[in-house]
Amino acid sequence: METIAIPAINLAAIMPEVILSVVAMVLLLVNVFVPSENKGYLAYLSIIGLAITAASTVSGWGAPQIGFGGAVMEDNFAIFFKVVLLFAAGLAILISDRYMSQEGCNSGEFYPLMLFATVGMMFMASGTDMMVIFLGLELLSICLYVLAGYNRDSVKSNEAGLKYFLLGAFSTGFLLYGMCLTYGATGSTKLAAIANYAIQNQAVASNPFFVIGMLLIAVGFSFKVAAAPFHMWTPDVYQGAPTPVTAFMSAGPKAAAFAAFLRTMIFAFPMLKGNWTELLWVLAVLTMTVGNVIALSQDNVKRMLAYSSIAHAGYALVGFTACNAEGAAGILFYMLSYTFMNIGAFAVVVLIGKKGEKNGNVQDLAGLGFKRPLLAVLLSVFLFSLAGIPPTAGFIGKFYLFSAAIKSGYIGLAIIGVLNSAASVYYYLRVMVYMYFKEPQEDYEWAGVTPAVALCLVIALVSTLVLGVVPGTVLELAQKAVQF
Amino acid sequence: MLALNNYLIVSAILFSIGCIGVLTKRNAIVIFMCVELMLNAVNLSFIAFSRYLGNLDGQIFVFFVMTVAAAEAAVGLALMIAFYKNRESIDVEDINVMKL
Repeated sequence: METIAIPAINLAAIMPEVILSVVAMVLLLVNVFVPSENKGYLAYLSIIGLAITAASTVSGWGAPQIGFGGAVMEDNFAIFFKVVLLFAAGLAILISDRYMSQEGCNSGEFYPLMLFATVGMMFMASGTDMMVIFLGLELLSICLYVLAGYNRDSVKSNEAGLKYFLLGAFSTGFLLYGMCLTYGATGSTKLAAIANYAIQNQAVASNPFFVIGMLLIAVGFSFKVAAAPFHMWTPDVYQGAPTPVTAFMSAGPKAAAFAAFLRTMIFAFPMLKGNWTELLWVLAVLTMTVGNVIALSQDNVKRMLAYSSIAHAGYALVGFTACNAEGAAGILFYMLSYTFMNIGAFAVVVLIGKKGEKNGNVQDLAGLGFKRPLLAVLLSVFLFSLAGIPPTAGFIGKFYLFSAAIKSGYIGLAIIGVLNSAASVYYYLRVMVYMYFKEPQEDYEWAGVTPAVALCLVIALVSTLVLGVVPGTVLELAQKAVQF
Repeated sequence: MLALNNYLIVSAILFSIGCIGVLTKRNAIVIFMCVELMLNAVNLSFIAFSRYLGNLDGQIFVFFVMTVAAAEAAVGLALMIAFYKNRESIDVEDINVMKL
């Protein structure tokens, strides 16, 4: 038996995660001393923590750090994704206090849980060892199971938590089995070592362990990004979970799962590129179509956004299938813009929601355009962006993803994508039809905009428009981030 | 000394039993036990590979999997209790408030 050599520890490679973990633990302690009517302060403290983490993350741009014997790599790719994840967490936390105090479940553990979930996602983005990716994924998942079921008194929330837990744990089994078989075939859990082994031993490409391992890993990640046919948990969990958690889940974990998925496939399995691009082609088409077609018939706004988020995972998979620099940069850009437009839409849903989410249907939005014109305009901008109408971020993102597919010769895939995108306009516009062309059926109870929610809406709106009108700088950054 | 393949076959059978159990059982706790069976099947494979390759990475991975499974069990059972308090059942057929 060999002895275990202690690898070179490079704390700089995990500094943002260390900072955020410490902040989360401090918040757990502070929580004890904060009276229950003032839990909102914890939200502001979390935002400060996230801002410090973001500063520490961004300062590493352009200077890749490798730590723990190559188990984590803080390169531009990881940094770009971490910024996306920190934005997702920050925006979701901004809308949490308003929702949680309304629903009467404002216990302070919510914020540390969000932060720990963010730490897990950040490890997924920078992990280059299957062990680190697995641990990051589990840290994220376990926090999310709790967050999805956070509203203990609501049956919907209980169901969302339980369902997410059962299916999430099930999918973890597949991911883990895939990692295990890959390890068995190549003798290492490090992505780079797996690829090296495959280059030196070309025969491994026909080793069933290696191929099945890759497939099972792809299945495991497909569960996490909610790609059809592994999307069954998504609508129920997104609908049942507290709205801020849904906003967070639809943006953050999806981006983190894409980061880990991209990294694993490109770093560890370049040998099998032909196989996994074919697989992803099928997944992309299925995901876009299933998401959009089922979304057409949804009445509940959260459920509609859940199916739309499945469809958006499909668009991102188009860029992944293309597997060129534009496609990868497109995914990065798309995840960033999706975070802003989607959380923006959910923020409006939080604002018009009544206690117990009693008015979650699209019919309940009737006449919003006259009663609350500003909110209706905001929601319209976010929905236009989700539908991919210029001059919004969603348009540029989709344009990039589809043009990447064309560059790689997947013209059919791009056409299917564009058709899907056109179909999706129906259900986004339907919301607007209700807002502007129907008489209001009831008076909106107006609980008022808290400064935090307003801040979230402003950030989301400005970013959606800026990324749509002047995307150049961010696109350049995304392109730099994918030069591995 | 058994060959690597014997361990892998046992592991694959265990994994399949777990997988079929998750898909067919109704009681949430039994489903969770089946998930645990899947994870332990993977652990067996990891250890068999680790021994066969003479490389400790697999065994370290198993430690992490066990830790994660324990944390998952704690959270999962808590969620089941919360669900049971509201619905007086942990049958997955009763997870149905949000059907289409």
